[in-house]
Amino acid sequence: MGSYLARRLMIAIPSLLGISFILFVVLALAPGDPFGDIASNPNVPPEVRLALRAKFGMDDPVLVRYAHWLVAMAHGDWGFSFASRIDVSTLILQRVPTTIYVIGSSQVLALLVALPIGIYAATRPYSVFDQIANTFAFMGFSLPTFFTGLLLILIFSIKLHWLPFVYQADLPGSGLEWVWGNIKQAIMPVTVLGLFQAASYTRYVRSAVLDVSRLDYVTTARAKGLAEKVVVLRHISRNALIPVVTMVALQMPAVFGGAIVTEQIFRVPGIGSLLISAMLANDTPVVMAVTFVFSCLVIFFNLIADLLYGWLDPRISFR
Amino acid sequence: MRPVVSPARETWRRFRRHRLAMIGLVILTLLVLGVVLGPLLWPVAINDIDFSATLSAPSWDHPFGADDLGQDLLARMIYGGRISLAVGFAAMLVSALLGVVVGSLAGMSRGMLDSFLMWVTDLFLSLPQLPLLLLFIYLFRDTLKAAFGLEGGVFVMIVTVIGGLRWMPVARLVRAQFLSLREKEFVEAARSQGATRMRQVVHHILPNALGPVIVAATMEVSFAIISESTLSFLGLGFPPDIPTWGRILFDANNYLDSAPHWALFPGAAIFLTVLSINFIGDGLRDAFDPRRVI
Repeated sequence: MGSYLARRLMIAIPSLLGISFILFVVLALAPGDPFGDIASNPNVPPEVRLALRAKFGMDDPVLVRYAHWLVAMAHGDWGFSFASRIDVSTLILQRVPTTIYVIGSSQVLALLVALPIGIYAATRPYSVFDQIANTFAFMGFSLPTFFTGLLLILIFSIKLHWLPFVYQADLPGSGLEWVWGNIKQAIMPVTVLGLFQAASYTRYVRSAVLDVSRLDYVTTARAKGLAEKVVVLRHISRNALIPVVTMVALQMPAVFGGAIVTEQIFRVPGIGSLLISAMLANDTPVVMAVTFVFSCLVIFFNLIADLLYGWLDPRISFR
Repeated sequence: MRPVVSPARETWRRFRRHRLAMIGLVILTLLVLGVVLGPLLWPVAINDIDFSATLSAPSWDHPFGADDLGQDLLARMIYGGRISLAVGFAAMLVSALLGVVVGSLAGMSRGMLDSFLMWVTDLFLSLPQLPLLLLFIYLFRDTLKAAFGLEGGVFVMIVTVIGGLRWMPVARLVRAQFLSLREKEFVEAARSQGATRMRQVVHHILPNALGPVIVAATMEVSFAIISESTLSFLGLGFPPDIPTWGRILFDANNYLDSAPHWALFPGAAIFLTVLSINFIGDGLRDAFDPRRVI
């Protein structure tokens, strides 16, 4: 397992470098000069402007600038937010836990919905249950998260007054009341994101279980006289989970996209809403850093998926 | 003996058996006709300001109600639908074209180029798409506005960026098809008769690889429509005077309590369009799958 982990890390690092390079090149190609203000200011003599450009390495080749930027990022020097007047790294560290909390709970919810429904539907293919589940799954991933979010706000906050529609990170109160308040305000964002993911996961689970249940070893298990429940749960489901893990890992970029939207609708103070507000405020260092953090999170989750793989299918970690 | 039928007709016969896909096709056709012919049937300007109708609920004068400036929502939805659907189809074309080119290059070349292209494909698959889309728009909006005008600039940019970030599934599919097809006897026969590589690809391999590509491309349309609406919903897509469905939802966001119809109509339109396209894609998948008996 140790050497397997090391091998996966060796694959993850080049992709991280590749992604950071793409991000950097996009930024370098972008029009708009950080010294634009200085250039248009008549009080700054041109030689001072040129000296400043040279000092910050603006005229160096892209690869040299990329190397400088990478070293600074690795040292934790992520720049300074123009809008909030604090270090970008501090700002992001404040926001990341909320995002992880919302995304994590929604993924748990998605799997809790998708696994039982998908497995049950696949054990009775083309039955009424299967067809209803399939239709609902289609509707689920055709409903954009921003629309379901607005619908939930309309129903549960405006009409019924059950749930608050503004998320507060520093909720007042203490004890049970505080816990309940936190759960209450997380219900809608987590449901929106979780059900959207559950819809596509249900289809993956169903087709993976269908594929596995045709294999010979399943027939063997049945022929041995094992109870149907044991066959489905111990023999079929565990192996069917392997392709599901791949699909869940491939979905991570989409999950973060959904997180940006839900954070924006419910005003959850995570890095998604930070990205949008930074863009509206032209706060480039924050925009770059948040995009980079999103990429890191995607790769991190891919790594976790690889480890789960090794656990679900021991053959993989020995190869 | 069954009479000989062309592959297209056979696919259509199989497609018709999928009831939900046929319903989706009818709804999508109606929606497309609606946004194309709509201005003829409902000749109301999208920016007619009428303060007496501010936030009014659906009525005979305004079938879909009116927004905070009293502008007619039906007219705005028709106008916005044209842009949303156009973005969807154009972005699909971009991603399908890129995907076919990358996939065929990787599928035909063995060795270094293949591994490199697949590494790039995997890299792009692990890029966070929405943040990157937002980043591109944030950085390049002003330049493109200057080059193609306000509406055209945003359109060109959104289509290229969505298409440019979604070619990977098509590329992988095409490569997988090429790997198996290029070893088939009919391709070998063509090769032995001296067909150039280009001819093998264009005349023999590509037509046979098209089925799964069409299915994937259909799904790309719905993805692109959702992406465009998401961008406009976040206030970073089309500007306020171009009311795409996502943009109308964004504007309606603050009036949910007083004018819920304002948000419900565009939301339902996006949902119906995407749902129909997804069902059509599902029907096509079944129709193109030779293992499935229909």
